[in-house]
Amino acid sequence: MSLVFTLASRNLFQDRLRFVASLIGIVLSVVLVMVQMGLYFGFGRMITTMIDHVSTDLWIVSAGANCFEDLSLLSIGMQKRLLAIDGVAEVVPVVVGFSAWMRPDGAMTPVFVVGSDIAAGGLSPWNVVEGKVQSLTASGTVAIDRSYYDRLGVSGVGATAGIRGLPVTVGVTTDGIRSFTTTPYVFADLGGARSYIGLPASFTSQFLVRLKQKADVQGIRQNILSNISGIQALTPDQFREQSRSFWLFGTGAGVALLAGVLLSAIVGTAIVAQTLFSSTKDHLYEFATLRAIGASNGYIYKVIICQAVLSAIIGFAIAALIGNAIVHFTAKSALQIVITPSLLIELFVVTVVMCVVSAIAAILRVIRVDPAIVLTR
Amino acid sequence: MTGPIIEAANLSKILGTGPGRVQALKDVSLTLSSGKLTILMGPSGSGKTTLLSILGCMLAPTGGTVRICGTSTSGAHPEDLARIRRQHIGFVFQSYHLFSTLTAAENVRLALDVRGEQGHKAMAKVEEVLASVGLSSKMASFPHQLSGGEQQRVAIARAIVAEPSAILADEPTAALDSANGQMTMAILSKIAKERDRAVLVVTHDPRLFGFADRILYIEDGSLTREELSEPTSIKELQGS
Repeated sequence: MSLVFTLASRNLFQDRLRFVASLIGIVLSVVLVMVQMGLYFGFGRMITTMIDHVSTDLWIVSAGANCFEDLSLLSIGMQKRLLAIDGVAEVVPVVVGFSAWMRPDGAMTPVFVVGSDIAAGGLSPWNVVEGKVQSLTASGTVAIDRSYYDRLGVSGVGATAGIRGLPVTVGVTTDGIRSFTTTPYVFADLGGARSYIGLPASFTSQFLVRLKQKADVQGIRQNILSNISGIQALTPDQFREQSRSFWLFGTGAGVALLAGVLLSAIVGTAIVAQTLFSSTKDHLYEFATLRAIGASNGYIYKVIICQAVLSAIIGFAIAALIGNAIVHFTAKSALQIVITPSLLIELFVVTVVMCVVSAIAAILRVIRVDPAIVLTR
Repeated sequence: MTGPIIEAANLSKILGTGPGRVQALKDVSLTLSSGKLTILMGPSGSGKTTLLSILGCMLAPTGGTVRICGTSTSGAHPEDLARIRRQHIGFVFQSYHLFSTLTAAENVRLALDVRGEQGHKAMAKVEEVLASVGLSSKMASFPHQLSGGEQQRVAIARAIVAEPSAILADEPTAALDSANGQMTMAILSKIAKERDRAVLVVTHDPRLFGFADRILYIEDGSLTREELSEPTSIKELQGS
C-alpha cells in the first residue's frame, strides 16, 4: 500500500486541535447544507402532497392557476365537454377554498377545505388512523389531521364543530396530512365542501381526468387544449413541477433556501481551506523534502487531497448522524426536513468536492516550495 | 554504472539582483565518479551548498552545464528534474529531514514509494538497508525516539534504498558528536566502495578527510584546489 494515505492521515491527526476545528467547520457546514436541502425537499413534498395522493391522468385547472391551492374557478359545464373528448373515461370535480372553522368554544380559525366526489374516487384523505373514508359521503362529515386537534379544538372522531355556520362532525382522522401554509386541511364530500366555501354548484376548482386504458395521454391533452379554452391540462408531473416552481421560486422561499445552501458550502470550503493551508505550511519542510527526494507533483497533490478527502469522510459521517437526529426530532413539525438516501449521496459528493476545492490553496503553496530550502536548514 | 555519474562544466551562479547581487559560483567544473567518496570543503559562504543544490538538480545554474548519468539538466522542467533526482540521486541532509509522523522503516520506504515501488519487495529492500546501517531493531521507531546518529543513519538508508547512482550529503555530521560523525562517514564510505556509488560530502570538518578519495576545496565560489587521498580503511576507523 502506498504511503500517501499513511502520511496524509498522520499529518492530519498530528495536530488534534486543528483537526477538531476543521471537523467542526465541515460538520457545521454540512449540517447547514443538509438541513436547508432537507427543508427544500420537505417543502417541495408538502407543496405537492395533494397531487401525489390522487390517481389521475390529467389535472384540468384554470389558465391562471399556478398550484393546487389556487382559487381560480372552472364552470361545472366543462365536465360534459371533457367527457365528450375521445379517450376520456372519467371526469371528477375537485373544489378547494378557505373557510372559517368554529371551534366548540366559539373561537374561529381558518381552514382549507378540499372536497370531491368520494364515491367516484375523487381526492380523499389518506393515512387514515380513525374512521372510514366512505363516511365522508354522509352530510356534515369531515376529515381532519390529528396534528391539528388543538388548533381546531377537537379530539378525534365524533367531535363536532362548525364551518361557515354549518355544523360538522369529525368522521375521519388522519396522520401527517399537513399544509405548508399551516392552515389545516379539511376533507369533505363535494356538496359539503361547496357549502363550506360558499361555492355555487355551477363551479368547481379543478377536474381530475382519467383516461381509458392505453389512451395516448399527450394526444388527449392536446385535444382538450384545442377544444376548450381558458384552461390548463396538466399531467401530475407537470402540475407538481408547476406548483413547486410557483411556491419555491415564485415566492422566493426556495431561492432563499438554496442561497443558504450555497453560503454554507462556501463557509465550509473556507474553513477547510484555511485548516489545510495551515497544516501544509506547518509541514512545508516535509513537502520540500518530498520534492528533494524526487516526488512528483502528482504524489504531493495526492497527499494533500487525501487529507482533504479524509476530512470530508469523517466530517460527513458526523454530520450525517446529526442530520439523522434532526430529522427524527422534526418529524412531527409543521415543516418536515426530508433527507432521502439520494440526497445523502449527493451531499457526500458535495462534501468531498468542497474539501478537495479547499485543498487548492494548499496545493498552490506547495507548488511554489523550493526543494533547495531543505539544504538551508 | 561505472565512470562519471555527475559531470559539471563551467558552472556559474548569480544570486540576488541589484546591490544584493552575489556571484555564488564562478566557472566550476567537476566530475563525480562511481566508487569514490569526494569531500567538498570550504568555509561558510564559499558556495558549497549552492554547488550541491545545482549538482542535485534543485537549483538551475546561471551558466554552465550539468549532466547526470549522461542526461543534461539544462532547461529541464521542474518535474523532469524531480524525475532525475528520483532515479539517480540520494540526499543526506544536515538536519536529517525525516518525517516526524512516520517510523524509521516508513521514512526509508518513502524513497521507494515516490518511485512507485510498493509491496513486499519494497519492504525487503527497506529491511536490508536499515540492517546495513545497523538499525534493524529500530524499524518501528519514530524519529523522536531515535538519537541524532540514528536519525542520520535512517536518512542515509532513505538515500540509498532506491539504489541511486550518486549520494549527495550536505554537512551530514554537523549535528552529530564525533563518534556518530565518524560512524556516519564510515557508512557513506562503505556505500561508495561496496555499492559502487558516487558520494559527495559537503563539510568544513577536516577530521573527515580520512574517509575521502578526493578532496575539493572551494572558496569564494571557485574550486581552488583538489587533493587525491588514500582513504583510511573502514575497519581501521571503526577500530579507532
